[in-house]
Amino acid sequence: MAESATAKKVKGTVVIVAERCKGCGFCAEFCPTDALELSSQYNAKGYHPPVLARKDDCTGCDICGMVCPDFAIYGFIRKKGKGN
Amino acid sequence: MATEEQLFALDEGVPANPVEELLRMDRIPHIWCPGCGIGTTVNCFVRALQTSGTDLTKVAVVSGIGCTGRVAGYINLDSFHTTHGRAIPFATGLKLANPELKVIVYSGDGDLTAIGGNHFIHAARRNMDLTVILVNNMIYGMTGGQVAPTTPLTATASTMPHGNYEQTFNLPFLAESCGAVYVARWTAYHVRHLTKSIKEAMAKKGFSFIEILAPCPTLYSRRNKLGDGLEQMVYFKDYSEIRHGADTKSVALDFQGKIVVGKFVDKERPTYQQAMYDHFAKKLGDRYVPSEEMRKVFHGPDGN
Repeated sequence: MAESATAKKVKGTVVIVAERCKGCGFCAEFCPTDALELSSQYNAKGYHPPVLARKDDCTGCDICGMVCPDFAIYGFIRKKGKGN
Repeated sequence: MATEEQLFALDEGVPANPVEELLRMDRIPHIWCPGCGIGTTVNCFVRALQTSGTDLTKVAVVSGIGCTGRVAGYINLDSFHTTHGRAIPFATGLKLANPELKVIVYSGDGDLTAIGGNHFIHAARRNMDLTVILVNNMIYGMTGGQVAPTTPLTATASTMPHGNYEQTFNLPFLAESCGAVYVARWTAYHVRHLTKSIKEAMAKKGFSFIEILAPCPTLYSRRNKLGDGLEQMVYFKDYSEIRHGADTKSVALDFQGKIVVGKFVDKERPTYQQAMYDHFAKKLGDRYVPSEEMRKVFHGPDGN
């Protein structure tokens, strides 16, 4: 998205527990920066878990974590010097 | 596209999901269907508990029967799964016996307003100090999609195959007219508003009531050809209008119509126990000997 391409944007990331996902798609639909999408892979139950498709767009706002009915994802703001 | 290793790999260095500490993780995955909104409301509720600064050893969650009635079993706090419709009486007993407890009733529309409707109106009338979180999925989910008092007119249910012709409860109006001091309505889509609202309701003394609309993809949406849970969530997003302080008479729900959400009522009224304490203290004077717990809550921590 256009707003997310600014230089000062917040860097965030998500943690996904793919095996807990039931593929409802809430996280991908309501991601404010459209960073998530449902993967083409399946988990053991046969659902498509989300995947952070556009890493740079994630702000760590945790909307995905709040709408997830299965506690399978959450977002957080990356601290400086940690992660990649 | 991510490879399978990337998809299923969990980074060791990252923290576990923060809501896990308040959930009974041995029971997860829960029984709710894919696309059901109850999990979302639980997510918001747990976040509200974590950020409210409440002493979690003094919180009790009480649920009735039904899909939402399972919540008490998934929250890792003192919790009780009561008989059908009897969540509020049980919670009332808890609160009377131990006024220090923060008692939260977390149940569904069928449980709290159909079989437990009488308890609901009387707890609101007495202004029992309870926080009632009602997840309204507009149908009886667990028993097979029968018509509920909250099923909108013309919607189809398994016991209403030609569409519902029963008048629907307007729950915020019901709660307000019975005397609730805090009345709000949100949907499973309004996660941040909902979390804030749950925190406010927990801080409120008296009968505080939050109605949360949640999708029921398996019974309500499928039978009414409304798509899956995600489509219901998009409907909540597109058709809801935040109107704080709206007249609760005007917030009735129609089938797939506009949803008025917001905080409708926030007022002060003495709670049942406060009224009882004040009344007896005034009438009986020194002859009134309240219990140790009552004295602690209504007389300050030093008990004088």
